[in-house]
Amino acid sequence: MSFIWAFILIPFAGMLLIPFLKVNWKGILAFLLVLFNVLISSYFAWQSLIGDEMSFILPGSFVTGPIPIRIDALSGWFMLIINLVFLTGGFYGLFYMKVYRNQSQNLSLHGIVFVFQHAAILAICVIQNSFVFLIVWEILALTSFLLIIFEHEHISTIKAGINYLIQAHFSLIFLMIGFIWVASRTDSYDFQAISSFSSSVPEPVSLLLFLSFFIAFGIKAGFVPFHTWLPYAHPAAPSHISGMMSGVIIKIGIFGILRMLLVVKTDLTTIGYIILVISLISGLYGVMLAIIQHNLKKLLAYHSIENIGIIGIGIGIGCIGIGSGNQILAAFGFAGALLHTLNHSLFKSLLFYTAGNIYQATHTLEIEKLGGLIKKMPQTTVLFLMAAIAICGIPPFNGFISEFIIFTGLYNWLSDASLVSLLAAVTTTAGLALIGGLAMLCFTKAFGVVFLGSPRSDLPSSCKEVPFLQLIPLYIIAGMIILIGLFPLAFIEVLSKPVGLFTATILQTNPTQIEVFSVLQPINLAVWSTVVLIIGLLLFRKYALKHRSGSFGPTWGCGYVSPNTKQQYTAGSFVRTYSKLFAPFLSIGKHEDEIHGVFPPKVKYHTSPYDKIEKWLIDSPLKYNKSFMGRFVFLNNGKLQFYILYGVLFILAVISIPVIYQSLNSFIRFLKLL
Amino acid sequence: MLSVLLIVTAAIFFTGIIIRVKSVASGRKGPGILQPIYDVMRLFRKGVVYSETTSFIFQIAPTIYFASVIMAMLVVPFGQSSGVLSFNGDFIFFAYILALGKFFSIIAAMDTGSSFEGMGASREALYSMFAEPAFFILMGSLALLSGHTSFQEIFAALHIGSQISYALAALATFVILMIAMIESSRMPIDDPKTHLELTMIHEVMILDNSGFDLGLILSAGFLKFAIYGALIVNLFIGVIPYQYAIPAFFAIQFVLAVAIGLIESFMARFRMSHNPQFIVVLTSVSLLIFFGVLLILQKFM
Repeated sequence: MSFIWAFILIPFAGMLLIPFLKVNWKGILAFLLVLFNVLISSYFAWQSLIGDEMSFILPGSFVTGPIPIRIDALSGWFMLIINLVFLTGGFYGLFYMKVYRNQSQNLSLHGIVFVFQHAAILAICVIQNSFVFLIVWEILALTSFLLIIFEHEHISTIKAGINYLIQAHFSLIFLMIGFIWVASRTDSYDFQAISSFSSSVPEPVSLLLFLSFFIAFGIKAGFVPFHTWLPYAHPAAPSHISGMMSGVIIKIGIFGILRMLLVVKTDLTTIGYIILVISLISGLYGVMLAIIQHNLKKLLAYHSIENIGIIGIGIGIGCIGIGSGNQILAAFGFAGALLHTLNHSLFKSLLFYTAGNIYQATHTLEIEKLGGLIKKMPQTTVLFLMAAIAICGIPPFNGFISEFIIFTGLYNWLSDASLVSLLAAVTTTAGLALIGGLAMLCFTKAFGVVFLGSPRSDLPSSCKEVPFLQLIPLYIIAGMIILIGLFPLAFIEVLSKPVGLFTATILQTNPTQIEVFSVLQPINLAVWSTVVLIIGLLLFRKYALKHRSGSFGPTWGCGYVSPNTKQQYTAGSFVRTYSKLFAPFLSIGKHEDEIHGVFPPKVKYHTSPYDKIEKWLIDSPLKYNKSFMGRFVFLNNGKLQFYILYGVLFILAVISIPVIYQSLNSFIRFLKLL
Repeated sequence: MLSVLLIVTAAIFFTGIIIRVKSVASGRKGPGILQPIYDVMRLFRKGVVYSETTSFIFQIAPTIYFASVIMAMLVVPFGQSSGVLSFNGDFIFFAYILALGKFFSIIAAMDTGSSFEGMGASREALYSMFAEPAFFILMGSLALLSGHTSFQEIFAALHIGSQISYALAALATFVILMIAMIESSRMPIDDPKTHLELTMIHEVMILDNSGFDLGLILSAGFLKFAIYGALIVNLFIGVIPYQYAIPAFFAIQFVLAVAIGLIESFMARFRMSHNPQFIVVLTSVSLLIFFGVLLILQKFM
């Protein structure tokens, strides 16, 4: 119990101190406070993962009722992910924010909000009282908003922030609908009330309840079509914040969905199919749009949507497995989803941090302007390359392990008898394979254009590698990526508890260890042999070439002798065939100057990718809404008297409507009597 | 182990046979069958020239590409005898380890900063992306038909009995053959002997590679062909004893090489813009196989 108070009070006291410190110390104190919270919460999280679940009940107040705090294995897993990303992100942020040292007050706010957000996000994992949950959920939304708009002098940043704020509150509305629904029927805010309520109502009703939660958490997680805030918010935020948003905040949506799967008792097969379809669409759509982005951070943001889709596929087949009593499928699905959650938070935060390094060094994130950074920033390059290979799901890194688990689950599903599940399995398999191929197209483009070749524009002369201290968190993440890739069994062992929470409903023994272990052992061997073979061959090559002549010359220009850097393949041309083929799904604005005359003047070619779903789902309803609301603009005439009149009218209406309703009622009753 | 020996042996002769067939078809005598191997041996003994634009990526990429093909070779079985590595889901590993090699060969091409090599890289990435779903659906259908999820068990359990299964085997052969064409960049997807860099895929990506590295890339190409050939052979030799299976292996590989040589002699390469459509057809064919499997298993009740 005292831990809870320490958890609340010490960071709070520290937060109050931040504004009074010198600029250098603000960040350090914020980091130390996060570290403090990390240490406390990681202890409990680890306890829960090795089987010692905690639960106690805070007395709460008259309004909230008792506040149950339960740390089970699922919370524990997500808390550890959150802590890892916040630690590395916080440390990276210390260096990344150095350029803004003159904005002292802004930095104070940033530091306070950073600590606050960490506390709130941990609270979300453990609090099981819907009223308090909504409060921390709102704190998370507001703190994220404040973190995003750090560079609020740019209009685009403020716009992105407000976009996020509005969508976060849509998420809140759906969450409220679900919680109020249950609370009004059961008179309790405890999550257990949701369980008992959903098992007492007919299945379609509980399905509706789950969908309401799913939409709420789906907006946070960025499932298509609720994804439109994500590609704006991620690029607008400072890089360590984008890394954390992608690594953690959208994962909290996944956490919410998983939590609700445990809490809401309903027909899991139907839910599984719904999640599967949405996830498959998210995965494909996310990567399809990622490929055509010219802004590195925006590209990464769309990739987050893709990876949320992959996680969702895991959750979907897991649900179907539970629903149909196929425990192996369930174990593979949830194990894959949970491991991919960790994996994605690792490589995606690493990608965002390296993008931050690039921004620091070159002051741009436009892919088309970059190039040849491998010569100037070799360490950043290697880190980005590792993350890129991992995110494509290619061995020997961690992305392969989780995708392999999901694929194995899918192929296991094929032993199912029903035609529908067979079709679903084969569609998902093909979709997942296509996602993998598209991801490779995307990251060969990003890596190839940004880091390789020669610079495509004049980079600032100060462009150089960031200080080594700043790279430390990146190396830690990279180490984790390798570790999971080479020793997946240790992580699966930790995962068996959270997965067991889901599979426990259908089976007493925990299938995770037996099944997933037996599948992963040989693949581990294969991955190891790959690594050994590659290293061996590289050494052999080095030995063989030791005494050979090695010389350097210009790139073969196919007969052309004076090529310049403008003639390199650009990102746009790299994906041109692709964007022509996938044109029906994409929306690319194009501006092209015609070339006239024998000695043509400078011409421009400009493309701007846009999101078709955003156009249909957000922009055009907004347009109609605006034109409809425009008719009432006369009400907003700027005269104070009128506004007071509106207020009076409103109060009158509030009072009179029940009265009128009652009298109408009695009148009708009277008519009926007649 | 047996499969590795057979694949390596087949790889030694495969490309030579293709070249010989092409020469004979065009009325020339042509080089010896082992000429490509001599070429590679010569390359292995040579030094290397690098482009000034390139970085270490360009130097390690051919080795990783070669290693990935070797690893892919290790999981391919031969009839009853499994590959060196054989486990549930090994065909997923097969596809993804080849992707590792492709990833590196693509970024190595981007590393040179040449517009031609970038063009090849872009095409390679795009086409292999389209081929991937076809492979996974095909393997999924075979897994469903046989009830197993590793190469060796799948192939060992495949019994060609009914008429539908003959049709399926023919379609599967077609799909694997076409994937082999895409992966090894041969006709009708890519023409390795074209004279214009603008119309190449694979050949243009390795324009700047030389010496030892080029040798690695070429020998990986030979192996890739034989690996896919071995997969096709495996479709048919499920339960046949070795004394027939091993000659059958070489016979089928030989027929394949001759067929490729003939196709390349008498057919023109597809227009570059038609390639994606063609590759998407592959996915549809593999879906056809899937429905055929459903038919055999009588799932349409």
